[in-house]
Amino acid sequence: MDKNIRFIQGNEVCVEGALYAGLDFFAGYPITPSTEIAEHLSSRLPRKGGKFIQMEDEIASMCAIIGASLTGKKVMTATSGPGFSLKQEALGYAIMTEIPCVIVNVQRGGPSTGLPTSVAQGDVMQARWGTHGDHAMIVLTASNHQDVFAITVEAFNLAETYRTPVVLLFDEVVGHMREKLVIPEPGVIPLVERLHTSVKDGVDYHPYLPREDGRLPMSDFGGVHRYNVTGLFHDMWGFPSSKPEIVQGLHRHLVDKIRNNVNQIMRYKEYYLDDAECVLISYGSSARSALHVVEQRRPRGERLGLLELQTLWPFPYQMIKDKCKHAKYVLVVEMNAGQVLRAVKRAVGDPERVFLANRVDGVFITPTDIRNILRIIMGKGA
Amino acid sequence: MAIKDYIRERFFPHLWCPGCGHGIVMNGMLHAIEKLGMSRNEIVMVSGIGCSSRISCYVDFHTLHTIHGRALAFATGVKLGLPELNVIVPMGDGDALAIGGNHFIHAARRNIDITAIVMNNRVYGMTGGQFSPLSGYGTKATTAPYKNIDHDFDIAQLAMAAGASFVARTTAYHVKQMTDIIRKAILHEGFSVVEILTQCPTYFGRKNKLGDAAEMMEWFKDFTTPIGSKAKKENDDLIERGIFVQKEIPEYCEEYDKIIEHAMKGS
Ligand code: SF4
Repeated sequence: MDKNIRFIQGNEVCVEGALYAGLDFFAGYPITPSTEIAEHLSSRLPRKGGKFIQMEDEIASMCAIIGASLTGKKVMTATSGPGFSLKQEALGYAIMTEIPCVIVNVQRGGPSTGLPTSVAQGDVMQARWGTHGDHAMIVLTASNHQDVFAITVEAFNLAETYRTPVVLLFDEVVGHMREKLVIPEPGVIPLVERLHTSVKDGVDYHPYLPREDGRLPMSDFGGVHRYNVTGLFHDMWGFPSSKPEIVQGLHRHLVDKIRNNVNQIMRYKEYYLDDAECVLISYGSSARSALHVVEQRRPRGERLGLLELQTLWPFPYQMIKDKCKHAKYVLVVEMNAGQVLRAVKRAVGDPERVFLANRVDGVFITPTDIRNILRIIMGKGA
Repeated sequence: MAIKDYIRERFFPHLWCPGCGHGIVMNGMLHAIEKLGMSRNEIVMVSGIGCSSRISCYVDFHTLHTIHGRALAFATGVKLGLPELNVIVPMGDGDALAIGGNHFIHAARRNIDITAIVMNNRVYGMTGGQFSPLSGYGTKATTAPYKNIDHDFDIAQLAMAAGASFVARTTAYHVKQMTDIIRKAILHEGFSVVEILTQCPTYFGRKNKLGDAAEMMEWFKDFTTPIGSKAKKENDDLIERGIFVQKEIPEYCEEYDKIIEHAMKGS
C-alpha cells in the first residue's frame, strides 16, 4: 500500500497538513472535539525536533504560540467554542502585533458549554468579530479530508504572507469523520516561509514599517535586531504611541492588508454553477450534504449548483455577487441561525431570492433537510 | 557594557511618577545584567500590563510587552521556542497574582528557566489605585473606601508551594541586595521568583497615609529583616528578606530535549 494514503479522522488530517506546512511548535489545552489534534502532535512534533506543550489553560496556549512565533517558529493551537472564546484577547494581540500563527477551532454547539460532542457552525461571526476593536481576519474552512489538508497548509502560508493570525474553522463532523487522505509529496503544495529582514546588524531596523508591497520582514528574537513588541498602538519601532497620525496609519494598515487582498485570500470551489437556476452556498461539513443534493438532482435536469466557500473571511462579496447573478434562487446551507446567510444577502443585492436551509439542534444537516427546503422554495422535486 | 547602553534613551522620559519604586528596580536589574556581562541579544524581557510592566519598553533587549496577566504564558512560548535565550519577566502584584495567578503557579510547577520579578507595591497603580490581592486586610484603596476586607497572601510562600526552585524577597530600599539576588536568580536554572517590595507613593502611599516615597522606603528598612534573623524571632511581624529557596530540580526545556531525543530514536 502506498504509505501516502491514509484513512484517518479530520483532526488528524489537520495535524498532517500542519506538519507538511512546517509546524514546529504547538501549545494547547484539552477540549472536545479538537483534542485529537493535541494528542497527535504531542507524539509527532518531538519526532521531528518540534515542541508540544500542554498549557494550564486556553488563554495560556494562545499566548505561548505567539511567544514561540517570535523566535521564528511556525506555530499553532487548537480548540473548540468555549476555548475559542477564551483566546480572543490574545488573538487580538497577535493581530495588533502582526505575529503569524494558526488557530484551529473545531466547532461544537454553543453558546456556553452547549453541545460538546455535537456538530454546529455557530462561530462564523465570532471568528470574524470575537476580539475587540476594528480589525481584519482571515478565516478558512473545508469539507473533506483532502481539502482540510490543503487548507491547513494554506493557513500557514497566509499567516506568513500577511503576518497575521489565521483561523481554521472546522466542525465536529469534519474533525471526527474518517475518510481517505492522500498526503502529497513534499514540494507539491508550495510553502511560504518566514520573510526575514535583510537589514544588517548596526543598521536601524524598523519592525513595523511596511515595505512597498505591504509586507513586513521580521527579525527573530535572539537575532541582531532588538525591538519592542506591544499590543498598544505603536510606531515603526514598535514603541507605544497615541499620536493620531500613528494610530490612524496602523489601524488602516491592519485592516487594509487583508481587505485589499480579498482576491488573493479567497478560496472556493464550484459545482455546476454555469447554468444554475438555484445556487446553493455552503461550507464545512454542511457542504457535503449540499453537494449530495446537487449531484443527485442534476441527472434529473434540475439546474442546481453549489458554491462551496473555503475562505469565510474576508468575505468574498463580489465573487458571490457574480456567481449568483443569474440565479433565481440562492440557498445558504449552514448549521447556525443564518450567519453566512446575512453576509450572502448583503452580497447579492436583492435579498428576497436568498433562503436558508439550516439545523441548530446538534444534528448534522442531511440532504433530506435541504430537499425539504428546496421543495418549499422551488415548488417541485421530492 | 555601560548601564546606559542597556537603556533605550530615545524613548524617555518614562511614564513613572516621581518617587515610584519601579525605576529603582529597573536600575537594580540592569546592574545585575551588567555584572553578568550578558549581551543584549541574548535577553528577552516579557511583561504584561501595569506601571511596572513598562520596564520592558525602556530596555534595549528583545522586548515583548503583552496583555494583562499573561506575560509568563508568552514567556513560556519564547523560552521553549529558543531555550538559549535568557527570559526575564518583570510583573506587578496584580498582573502576576490576580489575573495572572494561574500562569504564575504553573510556570513555577513546570520549573521552566524564566526569571520572574514581582514588584509588589500592593496596589493597581496604572488604573488609579484599586486594591490588589497583595494590599492586605484593613488597607484603603479607591475600590476599598471603607477598608479592604480581602486578605493578602505571601508571594514567596505561594511560589515555594507551587514548586519554584528559586524564591527570594527584597525591597526597593535594599538596592545592593536586590542586584545580588536578581543576578543569582538569572543565573539559576529553573523558575525563579524575586519579590521586590516597591513603593507607589501616588496611590498606596497616599491612600494609606504612609508619607512620601522616602518615608515609604524607610518603612522597608524598618519593617524587614534578613531571613532567620534574631529580630524576626523577637518580632514576628517583620518581613523577611533574602533567598528562601535555591534548589536544583530538572528544568523544563532540558527535560523536553530529552523527550525529543527519545522520540527521534523511536521514529
Ligand atoms: S502610579 Fe504608583 S506604581 Fe504607577 S508609576 Fe505612579 S508611583 Fe509608580
